[in-house]
Amino acid sequence: MSADNNVIISVTDLKKHYNDGEVKALDGVTTDIKKGEVVVVIGPSGSGKSTFLRSLNLLERPTSGTITFEGTDITSPSTDINKLRQDMGMVFQHFNLFPHLTILRNMTIAPMKLHGLSKEEAEKKAMELLERVGLKDRASAYPSQLSGGQKQRIAIVRALAMDPQVMLFDEPTSALDPEMVGEVLDVMKVLAKAGMTMVCVTHEMGFAREVATRVIFMDCGRIIEENTPEGIFDHPQNERLQSFLKKVL
Amino acid sequence: MSGKKTNKTKIRNALIVIGVIAVAVFIAYLLLFMPMNSMPSWMENLRTAFFGSAFYLDFENNFITDKRYMYIVKGLGVTFEVTFFAVLLGIVLGVIVALVRSSYDTLKEELKGGFGKAILFFFYKLCGVYLTVIRGTPVVVQLMIIYFVIFASSNNKILVAVLAFGINSGAYVAEIIRGGIMSVDKGQFEAGRSLGFGYVRTMAFIIIPQAFKTVLPALANEFIVLIKETSVSGYVGLQELTKGGDIIRSRTYSAFMPLIAVAVIYLVIVMFFSWLVSLLERRLKNSER
Ligand SMILES: Nc1ncnc2c1ncn2[C@@H]1O[C@H](COP(=O)(O)OP(=O)(O)O)[C@@H](O)[C@H]1O
Ligand SMILES: [Mg+2]
Repeated sequence: MSADNNVIISVTDLKKHYNDGEVKALDGVTTDIKKGEVVVVIGPSGSGKSTFLRSLNLLERPTSGTITFEGTDITSPSTDINKLRQDMGMVFQHFNLFPHLTILRNMTIAPMKLHGLSKEEAEKKAMELLERVGLKDRASAYPSQLSGGQKQRIAIVRALAMDPQVMLFDEPTSALDPEMVGEVLDVMKVLAKAGMTMVCVTHEMGFAREVATRVIFMDCGRIIEENTPEGIFDHPQNERLQSFLKKVL
Repeated sequence: MSGKKTNKTKIRNALIVIGVIAVAVFIAYLLLFMPMNSMPSWMENLRTAFFGSAFYLDFENNFITDKRYMYIVKGLGVTFEVTFFAVLLGIVLGVIVALVRSSYDTLKEELKGGFGKAILFFFYKLCGVYLTVIRGTPVVVQLMIIYFVIFASSNNKILVAVLAFGINSGAYVAEIIRGGIMSVDKGQFEAGRSLGFGYVRTMAFIIIPQAFKTVLPALANEFIVLIKETSVSGYVGLQELTKGGDIIRSRTYSAFMPLIAVAVIYLVIVMFFSWLVSLLERRLKNSER
């Protein structure tokens, strides 16, 4: 499988235990993510979705198992995780914009300090991205002056400013008022259509059905079922998936 | 918005108080000191009574004779000098200690054994000892140890006082800063790391600026605390404000005037800086983002 050169992230038997194995947040997850795929991860609360996603850029250190990113084993101690994370953008449920910096500075600080872009280059790029999400006029605002939906759109383009290979989303719309969910999902759809590789934990089943190339259903730290959106939503096999879908749809 | 107004009101009230005091001083000057070719007899009587009063004679004896007020003026200068540099030293030490302590807590998982971790662990323990010893002993004792034991051959009392109070203050500042660092949302740290910033840069660009903002009032308070604490510097013979007042007392054998004067000066300074801190606090609260 990992011989397939379209594979960008390969996860093998990933385990994450807490409290000396008492809590098995991940209990042997194996999957490959190919370039251009939009993988949506669904599952009940506490099933290990966040832990899985956060393991991919090592915000959580796995207890065992391997993760390779573009062919290199990122769990080995010799890997430069800071370099690796520059290629994986992450979007959080609670946005995590830097409140002491303007929107523009939020978006330019990493490209300038880490990619060595000049201020002009970084700002030009940031303004282009802001234009794409319709927030060009908020460049000099501070995060507290934005709505939740605007904050999350900024968080997405902040990550995009680093030109990542993969984008990771952890429930990007769960903290939003319902009327703001759409504007964030729209940005994500455009991104998906443009060919970005995405791994996305979400409860937005409509988004999963429309955009996902593959849906992963997790429960109790394992992948229970993975399939195309049609396969998952129209012909669910596992009964845990069936009862989960009954609850959320 | 409404908070800003309150700050304006506070400044206006302060200006009113200052104005009233200025007017009172000016009137006192007119009545008692201003040279006049001729003055009404009631004013002449007032001046005779005032300058002949026990109060004035005591005042003159304590402050005017032999320019004794210079003990107070110079002492105040020394107090400010020591406090200012001690606060700076304290903040530098405090930031370093806070960073060592909190970085060990965060990095002990990331650094899997190895040389780096051993070094960090050593400094972590060292900082722990520093905090325990400094906060577990009186500052006067620390001052005397530094002066009579460590710097026994040097006579630079100001340097000794700056070191003693700076090292002492650093222990308290460290805990203030550590609290500030811990008060920053964990998501901020993760956001910085997920962009690719290493630990140090995440702290420098993202965590410390936010932590600093929340602890700024507490740091300013540390300055106020230190102004008062330096009053024990007389133990090593440093002539700061308190010692200045005490020298006058030992010359004139009258305790009331010099000591009350010293107390009033501390009070005014402390009230003034506390007032500034309250303005600062309000401002920071308003700009909360
Ligand atoms: N730091 C932690 N310490 C102990 N248990 C944890 C910790 N983080 C997560 N867990 C547990 O791991 C499991 C999976 O959590 P998580 O990945 O956040 O689930 P999900 O995102 O699917 O809701 C949960 O049972 C959770 O309680
Ligand atoms: Mg989660």
